[in-house]
Amino acid sequence: MRELSLHILDIAENSLSAGATRIRIAIDEDLKNDVLKIVVEDNGKGMDAETLARITDPFVTSRTTRQVGLGIPFFKAAAEACDGALILQSQPGAGTTMQVTFKHSHIDRMPLGDVTSTLLTLIIGTPDIHWVFEYQVNEETFVFDDKIIKEALKGVSLTEPAVIKFIRDALNEGINDVRQEKTKEDTIKNNYRSESCQP
Amino acid sequence: MPTIKSLDDLKKIREEALKKQQLKETSGNTEVIVGMGTVGIAAGARETLKAILDIIEEKNLSNITVRQTGNIGLDSFEPIVQVALAGEEKVTYGKVNPEMVRQIMEQHVIGGKVVAKYQIKS
Repeated sequence: MRELSLHILDIAENSLSAGATRIRIAIDEDLKNDVLKIVVEDNGKGMDAETLARITDPFVTSRTTRQVGLGIPFFKAAAEACDGALILQSQPGAGTTMQVTFKHSHIDRMPLGDVTSTLLTLIIGTPDIHWVFEYQVNEETFVFDDKIIKEALKGVSLTEPAVIKFIRDALNEGINDVRQEKTKEDTIKNNYRSESCQP
Repeated sequence: MPTIKSLDDLKKIREEALKKQQLKETSGNTEVIVGMGTVGIAAGARETLKAILDIIEEKNLSNITVRQTGNIGLDSFEPIVQVALAGEEKVTYGKVNPEMVRQIMEQHVIGGKVVAKYQIKS
């Protein structure tokens, strides 16, 4: 997987398999401290300490269809290769929270990629799940809570063309708004660089 | 977050969709399912699902439900797409890329004819 948003999709699938009904995905680009943080938090069945300790081992999975679960180990390796870490917190019956960090500017850090497609897949593909998405760049935050939308559309399929467009537009707009903060930051940096290069 | 204005938009979308549903009540719903396990995602399942949504928008198709599911258990055939027309057996397609999505949507979901060359037979 070459995009962080694909890893996020994969982790969210774990939450779905754990029977979660509410899943929160938070992406925080803290450019001032050069940290990219991704959090996936669910209210699924959770895990005991033993499972939790072994879950990042490629040869442990609770699934029975195939013996090897590679999603989390790959994600962990990707984070550690970028001066980051993957931390899992869980308790049986109390859900699971995964926090993954990267050094934002690390040369090996994967791009976030197509975040909107990941969210569309989850929001539309699982009509009964309550998704909360938070995207933050420095102090700017975009929050998307699909409960309002799913309630306002009661009785109508999320796969209606007008609904797909509505959700996609809302996500793109919110994400782009927050990203402008990034452009601002880049401009400041570039100005600083060009100034400091002057004789 | 949706503002008051966009909630009004949603209301309108809902009313129009409900009107359409009443017209097509008898034809029932077509279900399209995409496998979204780790192997599926790595093989491009997200792009496959995106292509399905794009065609629904492009052709303005109603009464289709697109769902995603975890690992279907046919790793070597990922991305996997299953199509179930109302009242019919589920048909499973393997290694479905966005190009194949177009054919499956046009011939099977709209035309009602199984695209046999992409079908996985158990």
